[in-house]
Amino acid sequence: MSLFVRGIKGEEINKTILNYSFNIKCMLKIFKYSFYDLLRSRWLLMYFLFFLATTFALLYLSSDISKGIVSLMNIIIAIIPVISIIFGVMYYYNSREFIDLLLSQPIKRKSVFLGQFLGLSLSLALSFVLGMIIPFAVYGIFTSSEIWNFSSLLFIGVILTLIFVSLAYLISILNDDKIKGFGIAILVWILFSVIYDGALLLFFVSFSDYPLQKFAIVLTVLNPVDLARVMVLLKLDVSALMGYTGAVFNQFFGTTWGMFISSFSLLLWIFIPLFSFLRIIKKKDF
Amino acid sequence: MIKFTDIHKSFGKLQVLKGVSFDIQKGQCMAILGPNGSGKSTLIKSILGLVIPDKGEIFIDENNIIGQSDYRNEIGYLPQITKLPENISVIELLKMIQDIRKTTGNIDELVTYFGIANYLNKTLKTLSGGTRQKVNVILSLMFNASLYIFDEPTVGLDPISCVKFKQRVLQEKQNGKTVILTTHILSEVEELADQIVFIMDGQIYYHGSPDQLKNNYQENTLEKAIAKMLETYK
Repeated sequence: MSLFVRGIKGEEINKTILNYSFNIKCMLKIFKYSFYDLLRSRWLLMYFLFFLATTFALLYLSSDISKGIVSLMNIIIAIIPVISIIFGVMYYYNSREFIDLLLSQPIKRKSVFLGQFLGLSLSLALSFVLGMIIPFAVYGIFTSSEIWNFSSLLFIGVILTLIFVSLAYLISILNDDKIKGFGIAILVWILFSVIYDGALLLFFVSFSDYPLQKFAIVLTVLNPVDLARVMVLLKLDVSALMGYTGAVFNQFFGTTWGMFISSFSLLLWIFIPLFSFLRIIKKKDF
Repeated sequence: MIKFTDIHKSFGKLQVLKGVSFDIQKGQCMAILGPNGSGKSTLIKSILGLVIPDKGEIFIDENNIIGQSDYRNEIGYLPQITKLPENISVIELLKMIQDIRKTTGNIDELVTYFGIANYLNKTLKTLSGGTRQKVNVILSLMFNASLYIFDEPTVGLDPISCVKFKQRVLQEKQNGKTVILTTHILSEVEELADQIVFIMDGQIYYHGSPDQLKNNYQENTLEKAIAKMLETYK
């Protein structure tokens, strides 16, 4: 009897594993096609050329790789969030009808959306990475001691892309109205990139009599753009550029723990919007 | 056989379907009619699993399909005007859907039938609206599905393609396929449909054959019969 029960259970487990691998296969197919479609888009080419030109120009002007990396960090932190979130929202609304067609095929909703999400994020990330690697390779990054700093720059860029594309997807699934979706996306970007820092500064100045260290850390973790900045600065160890939150971070955690906490929080910033998105599509009507 | 039992659906405060029940027999063509916003598309989308009903069940051959996805292997769906990915070519799109469904479709035969062989390698953004609709038609027909769902299929098609499409649908019906159709063109209904369901305000006002409806109101066209039916309900 017990053997019989075990047999059934085993079978069930096998079935779930089979189901699971089938889903991943479907997801990879959707990924492949949206990736192909996007790689041929003019916008992505422009994005790639932008990074290529900027990086070449900066390296040419500063002729010092480590200074180039610091300047590029500022550019990455300004550009990647806005392009990723706007492009993400645009892509979602543009493929809205095609998504209906895909959803009417014998595949699970999750496979369709995760496939598209990966296609979009990875094609954006690829344009960025190639646009950076080519000029740096020409300037000899692979034989330079700056290779690790450069890698962390690439890592941050890719993570920021993933974060803002998943935010874009969450925003668009919550708003069927295109204009509203675009508006909210722009607001979210402005909030994280501009308003947040200003408000933070104002807050610290007005409460400067109180011990604010721990609070400052919490506030930094709540903003992915700040987190990315702190992380790069910790890595590059340029404390003069760190600002208040960066300095607190460094002092509080030390470099290693600071790196760990900031990377972990950045990963949460990808997965929380993405999982909320996946929960919403389960019940959503298209 | 397809069976709807007591389907309810609201979007926010708007009640779109208020308890819709009917059957569609195998091998029949069912036209779902009704004014704009009457819930036709919602009904169709709930068979496809795009819309999840608040209440009620949908059975295809005894299987409750709500929450499932494999049953869609047996469905060919033609949505209302669809925007397709811009940068891939027609043949790539057809092959992609074929790849996703893991079945080989009769692409060649349909491409010749609808005369789009010259467009196969063009990217979708360069095609005219009508040609794109032909691609959509091919996508819905290519898998030899046992149930076809056409949501306003002939919008954007030129008259010749329209005729070809209708011939094809009749042929599929003769092969025992079930067809669900929504349209505002009543001549299409008379040519294709065995049964009609007329929906208004989320409820069924009429379910039966088109001829029966005409007889009921003693009119010789479907258009007049429907107009008369609506008047009596007012």
